[in-house]
This record gives sequence, structure tokens and C-alpha cells, in this order.
Amino acid sequence: MIAAHKRWDFAFGVLGMLALMVGVLTFAALFVEMIINGAPRLSWDFFSQFPSRKPDQAGILSAWVGSTLVMLVTAATAVPLGVGAGVYLEEYAPRNWMTDLIEINVTNLAGVPSIVYGLLALGLFVYGFGLGQSILTAGLTLGLLILPVVIVATREAIRSIPIAIREGAYALGATKWQTTADHILPYSLAGIMTGVIIGMARAIGETAPVITIGALTFIAFLPQAPLTGDPPAGLFDWIMSPFTVMPIQMFNWTSRPEAAFHQNAAAAGLVLVVMTLSMNALAIYIRYRLRKNIKW
Amino acid sequence: MSSLTYANRMESGPENFVSDRLARRRLRNVKERIIELILFLAAFLSVVTTVGIVVILLRESYVFFQSVSLWNFLTDTQWTPLFADAHYGILPLLSGTLVSSMVALLVAIPLGTIIAIYLSEFAPFSVREVAKPFLEMLGGVPTIVYGYFALLFVTPLLQILFPSLPGFNLLSAGLVMGIMIIPYVSSVSEDAMRAVPMALREGSYAMGATRFQTAIWVVTPAAFSGITAAYILGISRAVGETMILAVAAGMQPNLTWNPMEPAATITAYIVQVALGDLPHGSVGYQTIFAAGLTLALVTLVFNVMGHMLRRRYRQAY
Repeated sequence: MIAAHKRWDFAFGVLGMLALMVGVLTFAALFVEMIINGAPRLSWDFFSQFPSRKPDQAGILSAWVGSTLVMLVTAATAVPLGVGAGVYLEEYAPRNWMTDLIEINVTNLAGVPSIVYGLLALGLFVYGFGLGQSILTAGLTLGLLILPVVIVATREAIRSIPIAIREGAYALGATKWQTTADHILPYSLAGIMTGVIIGMARAIGETAPVITIGALTFIAFLPQAPLTGDPPAGLFDWIMSPFTVMPIQMFNWTSRPEAAFHQNAAAAGLVLVVMTLSMNALAIYIRYRLRKNIKW
Repeated sequence: MSSLTYANRMESGPENFVSDRLARRRLRNVKERIIELILFLAAFLSVVTTVGIVVILLRESYVFFQSVSLWNFLTDTQWTPLFADAHYGILPLLSGTLVSSMVALLVAIPLGTIIAIYLSEFAPFSVREVAKPFLEMLGGVPTIVYGYFALLFVTPLLQILFPSLPGFNLLSAGLVMGIMIIPYVSSVSEDAMRAVPMALREGSYAMGATRFQTAIWVVTPAAFSGITAAYILGISRAVGETMILAVAAGMQPNLTWNPMEPAATITAYIVQVALGDLPHGSVGYQTIFAAGLTLALVTLVFNVMGHMLRRRYRQAY
């Protein structure tokens, strides 16, 4: 009878491995399929040309420039706000109903479908504030979207710092902010970085909210570079420019019937997956190093 | 003040004496206050965002329901807001959303739970060290890439099995969505299982139970509230997922319970409208907010259910 029960142990071990394999196989199929279809399209021209009606001349220039600029705005929004909120909740917040309210909201916002953020941005940023379908609108939207990720990562990083560090700083007469800025933040930097990178990796692959604000799918120009052109553009004029991003470009190519565009979609997808995965891998690596090195 | 010597200042009487340090300290306190206020505002933004979402969705939907009755919205079986003969029945979109979510959950809940139990109770350390980051990466793949995969790889594969399967269908989108959700379900469930105290397992082993019996009859029930939370998280991911469905399930609203048919979901409809050029303030523009409100309410219902379940079965250690 014992042997029979032990067989169940073994069977479940096998079942677990099989379940993991489903994930591994799917991922492998996805990756290999995109390499077979997309890799031949990857060339310098693919990165340096605008989208085109002719599939073999189309490239992702406007898409990757757009993605990069949107990510700049997203980082500029989400990092200070997320880290600030995380610091407040861990170091400053008194225990009262207001803090509870904020915490409940952070948890809930993490579960709101991303397309709902798109609707918020459409109603508020695009038409409410009149920012239009610009890089600024997209950056702010994605910034709000990844805010909970940054907040949670910041809080976890700060929480792992022993109280003795704070007490030491206070004992030397440092104020709360001096303690936070000179000790708490530097020590939690690696943890915060992992959160920021994971958040950015998510933002760069987000399609739905950016489509919802009305980003165009066909852009054959770049935003004007600062201080160039006639009349010269201001330092931040690019921020109000129309744009497209990598996932939207891929969506556009995927939803066309011609198979030649599907190859472009595979190539764009490959670039996108490599970007997000390497960001995720970097975050995992930093966390791994962190876990190994810190001994308080 | 600071140019005066210490002695000079002492002459003016101890009650007026303010040292340089203390004078600076007052400034310091003001600065501390300002910083605290700024940090508070950053945290308060989450409340503002929630209020913003609720206000925007309700305001635009309110205008929508001025021209379309709520009764029609809930009972009409057609959704054709952009046609000349406009019908505004949410049911077709809702059925698409629910059917695709069901397919996804039929994949994600069994597989996610098995993986969680395996990683928490069975797997050797080395397997766990590799599997966890890998699962995390699986969750990090952009959904548009999964959409591409569902449309151009999974659907042709399924068409070999079911030759009558149309090019757009809920089945392949749902299956791929299920794979996408596995990491969410497995990582939260696994955390819950690992939080179960060792003493419970040791007790079970002491009674002669095997690993499998301990995992199924002791650890899983003890972690029930956390596992429920994982399922609810998976459900709200499935309901809110957009791009896989917009790409692979087609955008034709279709009141059906058959996953082998093409159908639009609430999210796919929003994408479809946003891709076109609808004038701000038209009924078509307002429909996406009404659809978004429905989506938000469905997610809310699941979240509240999860919260209640968790509260009912919570076990404290």
C-alpha cells in the first residue's frame, strides 16, 4: 500500500514537469516560429526605413523611435512618482484611514485592465487637457499604468532595510529626509531598479492603451529633433508630436491579409520580444545578485 | 545676525538668543514639511487615478444612456452601433468575453495549480531556480506577440484537428491567453503554499502521509485563500486581455457560446473603435466608455467575490 501511494508521488512529479513543459514548449514554438519567419527580414534597412505599402521595403524606424521617446516620458513620470509614493508609504505615512485608502487604491489599480487606462487617457489627457494623440499622452498613460509596479518594488526594497540603519542616522541628528535620501534610497536602489525595469518592459509591450488614445498606425516621419529645422524646434517640441510604437506597428502588420506583411510582423515581434526579455532578464539578474550579496 | 559675536548676542538677553544652528533648524523643518507634502501627493495620485477612471467612465456612459435605454443595452442581442440600423446590446460582446475567458481559465487554472503545487512541494531546488524566472519571462512577453502567435501558429495547427475552424476564433485566442495567464496563477498560488508553516507538513508526514497526500490534503486546503486570490487574478487578467483577442478572435460581435466561432469581446470592440476615426462626442465614441464601464464592473464583481471568498476561508497561523 505504501508503494502504491509512493507511485502517486512519482506520478505527480511527472505531471508537474509536464505542466512546466507546456509552458516551455509554447514559448519555444513562439520563438522559433518568429525566428523562421522574421529573421530573414532583420537587416539594417528594416531598422532604418519607414513603414511602407510595399512589404519588402517597410521598416520600423518610426516605431522604434516612437517607442524610445514614449519610454522616456514614461520613465520620467513613473520613476519619481512611484519612488516618491513608495517612500511615503514606507517611511512617512501615519497609520490612519488616508494611508489605508491609498494602499487599497494601489492594490486595486494593479488589477485594472490596461485598456481602461486607455479610456481614462482618452477622456482626460486627449480631450480633457487637450494634449491630443501625442507622445506626451502615451507616456503619461503608460506611466500611470506601471506606477503600481514601481510602488510595490520600492516598498519591498525599503522594507528589507533594517531599522538599525535609520536609528543610526537619527542618532547622529539627521532629519527624516536626510536619512531617506542619504541612506534608505541608496541602499534600496537595486531593488527599485528591478521594479522600474520590469515596469518599463511591461510598458514597452503594451498595445491596448496606446491604441485606445488613438495613436496612428501609419507614420512615415519622425518627430522633429530639438533645435533643428526651420523654424527651429524647441527642446521639447517632440513631446507633442504624433507617433507610433513597436507593438502598434506589429499589430498593423499582423492584421493585414498578405503573408509578406506577416513576415514583417514576425521580425518586429522578434525585436520586441528580445527587448522585453532582455529587460526582464536584467531585472532577474539584479535581484539574484542582490539576494546573494547583501548581508546586513 | 550671524556677524554678531557670541558675546554680543548674549548681551541682548538670553530670551532673544537664537543660535545659528537653531535658526537653520527652523528652515530645515520647513524643508522637511515640504518634502513630506510632495511625497504624500505622489502617493495620493493613486487615489486621484481611481477617481479619474470612475468619473470618466461614468460621465461618458451617462451621456450614452441618455440616448440608449439601459434595458436595450442589457437585453438587445445585437451590437451594431456603427451601422445605419444601430443596435446597442452588450450581450454579444459579453458572451465573447466570457467564452474566451472560460477557455483561458480551463487551461490556466489546472496547469497553473499543478505547477504551483509541483514547484512548492515537489521540485528540487535547482528546478525551482530555473523554472521561476522562466515563468516570469513567459508573463513578460508582450500580448501582441501572443496575438500573432495565436492567429498565425495556433489557429493553423487547430485547423488540422478541426478542418471547419474559421481563421478567426475564440478557441485559439483563449488557449494562448490561458498559457499567458499560467505564470500569474502559479506564482501567486505558490507563494501562498510556501507561506503554509512547515509544522503542518511535518505533522502530516509524522502521520505517515506521503508527499502527494500532504500536498493535496494539507498544504492546498491551508493555502486556499491565497490560491483563490490567484484564480481571481487570472480571471481579471483574462477578462481584461485585449490584443490576443483583437488579433485572433476577429472583431465581429457574435452572440455565441461556441468557442469555435469568431466573436468580438468588449476589449476588442474598444480597440476596433479606437482604430477608426470617430468624432469626439458622437454616440459611437460614447459606446466605448459604456463598454469600458461594463468591463470595469465585471472585473469588480470578480474582485469582490474573491475578497469575500478569501475572508470566509482565511486561515491564520
